[in-house]
Amino acid sequence: MSAAGLEVGAKTVADRPAKRRRFGAREWLIVVAAALAILSILRIVTDTPDIDSSGALIAGLAAAVPIALAGLGGLWSERAGVVNIGLEGMMILGTWGAGFCGYQWGPWAGVAGAIVMGMIGGLIHAVATVIFGVDQIVSGVAINIIGLGVAKYLAVRFFTGVPGGGPTQSPQIDSLPNFTVAPLSDALGNLEGKGWFFISDLAAVLRALCTNLSVLTILTVLLFVGTWWLLWRTPFGLRLRSCGESPVAAETLGVNVIRYKFLAVVLSGGFAGLGGGFLALVAAHIYRDGQTAGRGYIGLAAMIFGNWRPGGLLAGAGLFGYTDAVQLRGGGNVHAFLLLFAVILVAVGVWQIVRNRRLVQGILALVVGGLVAWWFFGSDAVPPELTGTTPYVVTLLVLAFASQRLRMPAADGKIYRKGEGH
Amino acid sequence: MTQPAAQQPTGAAPAVELEGITKRFPGVVANKDIAFTVKRGTVHAIVGENGAGKSTLMKILYGVQRPDEGTIKVNGQVVELHSPSDAINAGIGMVFQHFMLADNLTVLENVVLGAEKLHGIGDAARQEIVKISDSYKLGVDPDALVADLGVGARQRIEILKVLYRGAKILILDEPTAVLVPQEVDELFDQLAELKDEGLTVLFISHKLDEVLKVADAITVIRRGTTIDTVDPTSVNARQLAELMVGSELPSPTTEESTVTDRVLLRVERLVLGGGTGRPVLDDISFTIHAGEVLGIAGVEGNGQAEIVEVIMGMREPTSGEVYLGDQDISDWHVRQIREAGVGYIPEDRHRHGLLLEAPLWENRILGHQTEEPNIEAGGFLIDAKDAKADTERIVKEYDVRTPSIFVTAGSLSGGNQQKLIIGREMSHHPKVLIAAHPTRGVDVGAQSSIWDHIRAARREGLAVLLISADLEELIGLSDTIQVILRGKLTGEFDPDTVTAEDLGAAMTGAGDKSGAGDETDAGPATASPRHTDPTPTDATEERS
Amino acid sequence: MSRLNPRRIALALAAPVLALVVAFIVTSIILLLFGDPVGDVWKTILTWPRPRQQVQVINAATVYYISAIAVAIGFRMNLFNIGVDGQYRVAVFAAAVFAGQAWLPGILNVLVALVVAMVTGGLWAGIAAYLKVKRGVSEVISTIMLNAIATGVVSWLFAKVAVRPEGSNVVQTKDIPESSRLEGFALIPGATNRVYSMILLAIVVGFLYWFILGKTRFGYDLRATGRSETAAVASGVNVPRMVMTAMIASGAVGGLVGMPLLFGQDFNYGTTIQSGLGFAGIGIALLGRNNAVGIAFAAVLWAFLDIQSNALQIQAGVAQEIVFIIQGVILFAVVIAYELIRRADKRIEQNRVAKELASAPKAQPTTEGAPA
Repeated sequence: MSAAGLEVGAKTVADRPAKRRRFGAREWLIVVAAALAILSILRIVTDTPDIDSSGALIAGLAAAVPIALAGLGGLWSERAGVVNIGLEGMMILGTWGAGFCGYQWGPWAGVAGAIVMGMIGGLIHAVATVIFGVDQIVSGVAINIIGLGVAKYLAVRFFTGVPGGGPTQSPQIDSLPNFTVAPLSDALGNLEGKGWFFISDLAAVLRALCTNLSVLTILTVLLFVGTWWLLWRTPFGLRLRSCGESPVAAETLGVNVIRYKFLAVVLSGGFAGLGGGFLALVAAHIYRDGQTAGRGYIGLAAMIFGNWRPGGLLAGAGLFGYTDAVQLRGGGNVHAFLLLFAVILVAVGVWQIVRNRRLVQGILALVVGGLVAWWFFGSDAVPPELTGTTPYVVTLLVLAFASQRLRMPAADGKIYRKGEGH
Repeated sequence: MTQPAAQQPTGAAPAVELEGITKRFPGVVANKDIAFTVKRGTVHAIVGENGAGKSTLMKILYGVQRPDEGTIKVNGQVVELHSPSDAINAGIGMVFQHFMLADNLTVLENVVLGAEKLHGIGDAARQEIVKISDSYKLGVDPDALVADLGVGARQRIEILKVLYRGAKILILDEPTAVLVPQEVDELFDQLAELKDEGLTVLFISHKLDEVLKVADAITVIRRGTTIDTVDPTSVNARQLAELMVGSELPSPTTEESTVTDRVLLRVERLVLGGGTGRPVLDDISFTIHAGEVLGIAGVEGNGQAEIVEVIMGMREPTSGEVYLGDQDISDWHVRQIREAGVGYIPEDRHRHGLLLEAPLWENRILGHQTEEPNIEAGGFLIDAKDAKADTERIVKEYDVRTPSIFVTAGSLSGGNQQKLIIGREMSHHPKVLIAAHPTRGVDVGAQSSIWDHIRAARREGLAVLLISADLEELIGLSDTIQVILRGKLTGEFDPDTVTAEDLGAAMTGAGDKSGAGDETDAGPATASPRHTDPTPTDATEERS
Repeated sequence: MSRLNPRRIALALAAPVLALVVAFIVTSIILLLFGDPVGDVWKTILTWPRPRQQVQVINAATVYYISAIAVAIGFRMNLFNIGVDGQYRVAVFAAAVFAGQAWLPGILNVLVALVVAMVTGGLWAGIAAYLKVKRGVSEVISTIMLNAIATGVVSWLFAKVAVRPEGSNVVQTKDIPESSRLEGFALIPGATNRVYSMILLAIVVGFLYWFILGKTRFGYDLRATGRSETAAVASGVNVPRMVMTAMIASGAVGGLVGMPLLFGQDFNYGTTIQSGLGFAGIGIALLGRNNAVGIAFAAVLWAFLDIQSNALQIQAGVAQEIVFIIQGVILFAVVIAYELIRRADKRIEQNRVAKELASAPKAQPTTEGAPA
């Protein structure tokens, strides 16, 4: 039983060489600007100013951080070739670590505690998969079980009877520093309130980036930049990535594959733990049972959505964090997006028929687009239960329709034993 | 068998000197007493058939395996190679037959991996790569993604990899296996460049024509040991082929011909691939009659495996038909084809013929799980009892050496596994038997009994398609021999009159380019005229 | 299909026993580390359960058994069905709604509801199967995603159909009529609670699993594909079709996981649905080595640990969730142990075969090296 399982599916996917256009910074800037413009139009047309209000964006950003950190953990691990679905368990360990160290010794100790507890989870996964060759999925499942057990057990052990705490939660933890650039924030708030096309939206975005910014959020951004630099611009990173692409080749070139995999998995636990720490320290200021609510899996989804790259992961985490936050603010926001989807689907349908001459796919897109439009006009809000499934549905759609464009590390999930290339 | 030391110019230590190298694996002696000397600044070829022990030898030279006995000297010094790093430090660089490249990384990243200390991973490294590429005319773009590159380009990157690390002795393992003729010429030009710069090249191959063209010295290996080291100017392809396969010709069977005129298997104009580059199968047609053994001779990778896959229904051809008797089975599924009476002895029995972790009796069922005696209740249930009993019968009749029918197939030796497979296939009274490399990896005793079974099949009126690179086997068993080279059938031979050298030459394309007096035997040209193929081969050529 | 012989049985037992010992040691270390009463904990867990608890163990084991069989079907095909949680959720909801409508009388209602559950679960898994076969999507990822989507979709539908019965504080689907409720069997003397009638379902599922996989041609094809996809293709198996069938079957059985509780205890779908059964099923399937009887023992063990640890809070002052740690460590240890034993077993058998053949006239070793 391997994570890779049968290869049957891989053969049926048509092998079209992907046209590779280098997407530089300039192209991305254009994409972002275009997205903002579209959002702006949507806001005005559907008269839902909250879809990109700074309030919504700030909430979205806060929701995105733990997802991004979990995804970052997944990225480090999978780039070294080890599948890690135990991110949820490592995150849970992190929440407890933050809660325990946080209330005892202050929030910064909580940060350290979260990272350490997450790394312990990563250590178990590393020993099991890299040293003992246990199937990576099985190990991930076991860590989810153990992580949950450990956190709950330790919560009962240490928080019961403590004032403010209880068997399922820790006492209050002091806050970590928050940053707001007051004058800028106010000015942008004014601009936002004007409701002008594109300018106000841009103001909202910028305001969200300079208001109530937790120090952990800033740390997360730094970690992302650091990850990009470390993995793509240093020999260490090259070696680590080679372990995930072709461990056999790496070994023949003198890379100690086992050591890199081990390190990557332990680090991945640390990141996931930090994500849990964010939940406990910044989002809630306490540890609470069930805090993670599946964010470990959403992080995994964001990593896949982001094509195993830090930039894409951030985009995915941003998107999923946004939908996570937005559902709490009322279904009207997500509802507005239905119109956008309907328009996109209709456009795709027309393009498929006219340009690509794919009749079946074009009609399918048109029909689905029509249904979505009907949904939009026929209802006021999207049920909150369904908006919660957005990250998962989006990821499934990406996997189903764009699997050729996804570049999973070539040797991801394979059990590697030293010297097995020969 | 080494050239005596007195022959070398004094003061210039040979680049590599091997003496008494021996390596054993469980049940197999891969290398026995290998000894030869490689002079510096030369291209030295190592030739031998598949399975002669060449690749084990190269693994030893590269530090991937340790020899059980013997010494290796590099530039006159004895070296102990415990790992590839040791080999690299000794100045040895290896270009594997199966490229060790990470598809999703760029050329630059692949080259500097593991050697980041030399020139970093940025611009300095890029410049160095360009410098090497230019001086040896490799034409490599450091920022290209390996996944986008064709086979020839990938090989040049592998060469650049070793040059980047300062290799002075290059080992190339079957480098032309995946190249078109034009790329081969380019490679040889590059080797000449390398030689001019004082590098030494060890060139492993079984393609005699190429070896004669490019090598300064040739060492022949057969059955794990060195036969001789010769000078290419003093020998021709025939003599080389004789050294490679041994001059004991098998006596062709003196049995009466059992060939009837009833056609059981007919293959018409099979074409496979050919989108970009050379098609894997290029207009293949042949017929096999009841009671006839058609042997297809050829070095691995020339399309034989694909012919088998098409006939068995495991692969769809681009065009062409397959007929079983009068029935067109071109569109049939594997199961239908097997049920219709096509027996299959696969080339890779571990991957296609057996369930290694299942007991023997379950393996007896494999491939015939819809036929008696394996089934009962109308095909719904497996009849374990009958299957077990029949397995006992097969074990006895086919002399499968095993303590019981309950051991796993993986614990039997290769020969016994193969005997089981033959017994299984024959027990269903096939009309056609496809036997692909039936005695590969099989001990001598089992080999001769397998041959007896094939002869028995022939007597019983089966049509047998025998794919092999073992000339003894082909000559001894076949009624007709066809040679396949690069997807085309290039010549027909009569086993009664053909010689091993003829066949060897045709299989390797030596043909009439080899030099002194070749009387070709009956049949059309032994080698197809070299057509220069301007388009690069596509990735389907590269077979593991 | 192993032949029963003492060595095989001893080896088969060695791994789980070893795993239990390792779990015991690791848990004890953790308890000592945090100053909890090790002795009390083990006393609570390792006492022979009282009759009431015995029934609970059997009932919990029944549920676990079905979940593990569902997972095991996938495992035999080298497929990872992590989606049992999602499959069972959609299935139990659908079955609860259907049975609550009471279109059919009595037992017929129950039987058709079972079919509804199987179809729903099978279809839910079918989505993952389709994605795998047609688009090459890993079933691991897709089933994880589908689990979460199932939670959302069912919550949404539940909100639409939920009712609040009089005098109750909770929302639920319509109750199943009295005639369709299963009383259970009073198997354990001295217990006031009864064993779920659906234990019969578990037995039937187990029997069918053993029979179909072990005795039918379809089962042979399935196992062959799991052992070696390439050999299966060469032997005539239509692998993509086999993948779809196996995943759907796995999902269908996964859909049955909720039936014992639905018809034996809850009688509706409410907010007290148990989650995590799918993951437990994975652990139990591995522990039981995908074998119908082994899984039964593993399920009982798992259930035993669950039930006995309920009292931990009261009797030892330790969170009952420590049982998760025990279960997780067992899982790790048993997988590692099975792998080590498998390798040792293979070596032993190869040596044995070689030795037994050495007494016969020796075959000359080939001089063929590693494939050139």
